[in-house]
Amino acid sequence: MTNFRLLPLSKPLNKAVLTLATVMVLIASACSKKTPIPPPPPPAPGPASSSNGSSSSGRPVVAEFSVEPSSIERGQSAILRWNVTGSTNVAIDKGIGTVPANGNRRLTPADTTTYTLTASGAGGDTTATATVTVTNPAPPPPPARGNAGARGTLESRVQSDLRDALYDYDSNNIRDDARAALTGDADALKRILADFPNASINVEGHCDERGSAEYNLGLGDRRATSARDFLVQLGIPADRLKTISYGKERPVCTESDETCWQRNRRAHFSVGQ
Amino acid sequence: MMRKTKSNTGLAILTLLLAATVFAQDIVTWINGAGGKPALAVIDFRGSGSQPFMGAFNSTLFNDLQGSALFDMKAKSMFPLNNPQRPEDLRPEDGGQGFALSDWAGAPVNASHLVFGYTAAQNGALVLYGNVFDTRQQNQQSAQLFSQRYAGSLDEAGAIHVAHEFANDIILKFGGAASLLGSRIYYVSRRSDNTSEIVVMDWDGGNQKQLTRLNSLSIMPAVSPDGSRVAFTSFAKGTPRIMMIDTMTGRALPFYNQEASLNANASFTPDGKQIYFASTAGGLAQIYAAAINGQGFRRVSHRDAVESEPKVNPKNPNLLLFDGGPGHEQIYQMNSDGVGVERITNGEGEAANPAWNQDGQHFAFSWTRGYAKGDFNIFVMDIGSRQFVQLTHSEGRNENPSWAPDGRHLVFASTRTGKSQIYTMLADGTQVKPLTTQGDNRSPVWGVK
Repeated sequence: MTNFRLLPLSKPLNKAVLTLATVMVLIASACSKKTPIPPPPPPAPGPASSSNGSSSSGRPVVAEFSVEPSSIERGQSAILRWNVTGSTNVAIDKGIGTVPANGNRRLTPADTTTYTLTASGAGGDTTATATVTVTNPAPPPPPARGNAGARGTLESRVQSDLRDALYDYDSNNIRDDARAALTGDADALKRILADFPNASINVEGHCDERGSAEYNLGLGDRRATSARDFLVQLGIPADRLKTISYGKERPVCTESDETCWQRNRRAHFSVGQ
Repeated sequence: MMRKTKSNTGLAILTLLLAATVFAQDIVTWINGAGGKPALAVIDFRGSGSQPFMGAFNSTLFNDLQGSALFDMKAKSMFPLNNPQRPEDLRPEDGGQGFALSDWAGAPVNASHLVFGYTAAQNGALVLYGNVFDTRQQNQQSAQLFSQRYAGSLDEAGAIHVAHEFANDIILKFGGAASLLGSRIYYVSRRSDNTSEIVVMDWDGGNQKQLTRLNSLSIMPAVSPDGSRVAFTSFAKGTPRIMMIDTMTGRALPFYNQEASLNANASFTPDGKQIYFASTAGGLAQIYAAAINGQGFRRVSHRDAVESEPKVNPKNPNLLLFDGGPGHEQIYQMNSDGVGVERITNGEGEAANPAWNQDGQHFAFSWTRGYAKGDFNIFVMDIGSRQFVQLTHSEGRNENPSWAPDGRHLVFASTRTGKSQIYTMLADGTQVKPLTTQGDNRSPVWGVK
């Protein structure tokens, strides 16, 4: 009984859309391969250790005692390196103990720590220190809105994924822009109804303020019905869609101008009971 | 062939209506009342021990009589300096002093009837002694139309009460229909974007009382001819459905809604035994009828157009008006079996809200003729001649007219001061009175109680 006809997309057009989409995906992936190589890291800072002593004195020489990186977040690790010559015994405090004259050790200190290396030789001892600064990690970022895992509530999905279909004055004909909106809505509805198998969706019919309230209740029902029928033809199960006419009782805006009137002449979606 | 049958039926109805009103008055004459209205001189009543309340008494009496539109009210500035307070004060032999009826019949007063009397504090009550005399009668006995005693509380409310009762008796004496006294107006009070409730008030705007507490959209009330029930459209269960309530208690009465996305804007038949309403039970919003409990419903119309607001003629249960398409809203008539559909308004603008006068001959409605879409004004049309008169003139949107039990007053909703409010006026568009001033109030209907 509705006075509009559904024009299905022609097959060649479908193919063209598909091809275009494929090309765009290819271009996108090619681009990602050509992402510029990040610049190399800056040169490592000079040894953080201080070495004192001289070969002439016969005391061991600490050529290197450093920690890399010198600053870490708690839970991360740093590498302690050392290189000592002319020693008979090399030891590092903080529970590390005697070590070879040349070596490294991966450490995961909980707090900022200063390590002291003691190299013993014939001429006496040489000491060196190296400090690793431990910072508290920044708090993790909050979860993204509309947590991707749950893909949003039914309410939020209906609100964000479905567009109103707009109508001409005193008409329930599906215009071209409404046809486009409802075609997109059909795809979104299929996903929503798959994700929420028990959900039913209200198709609300609304009118602008100008006709009588009584007539608009009937007109709103026709708008809701025309939108519902369109969606059913695109494969949405009719038993998941319920029409409700609100006439002009629930406007989205109340200005008396065409912009507002047009916003109110609509089929709108809400979560059914 | 089909089309021809329909228009023939329409013609038959029209012929019947015309035959019934061979002597129908011109609509402007009807609206203004027949010529030769009684000319009333109403003196300022005084009070003995009740004088502080006489200002309220005198203005109430005058306004009620004037509001009936039955009388030509004579200006008090032309009255003689003296006036009688009791029948025994009349002295026909003493002409020129104000104590002879002839002083009131002649120039400059030119009254056909004199309304006089007084009030007195008596045993803690306010007692009114009221008289109406025909000034043109020579004989005092035959001049006395009636004299009546009324009692009320000894305060302003009591004075107003006895003034209403006295005015009511005068109106009835002169052939006026049931007075407005005791009648009530039912309407929709908007509470928020998503809620409205049905409210009732006295005919003069007093004594407002909320009838529904559904906290959802309650709209489009209709009151039964005996004033005992109100049918309205409720969104309490999601889709618009008809609900029936008792007007005294506000309690819901049983009503069966047939399966449909919409059952709405019900109206009662003049015998109060059925309702007509719009329903989508058959697909699109069309006219249905059912018993007042919703049982035994039947489809009336079968057109491919939006149809709403069915209103059965008070004198002919087989004839109804409704608001509908195709195209844009117009007023149509139809037989109660769904045939004989004929457009009544001439196709200009948008027409809605048909409301039959008690005479079955005239109806009030809202029309945008001559104005932009949505700018409705109240009109009255003669169904036979299709003559119409415009009563409001583009002061905001003026909608949903409904006749008072006296058949001379209309209540309607208007946005003339901003938000929609309820107003009454005479059928000639004069004496417009606001009944509500706060909030957002719509869709009034006038009940006998």
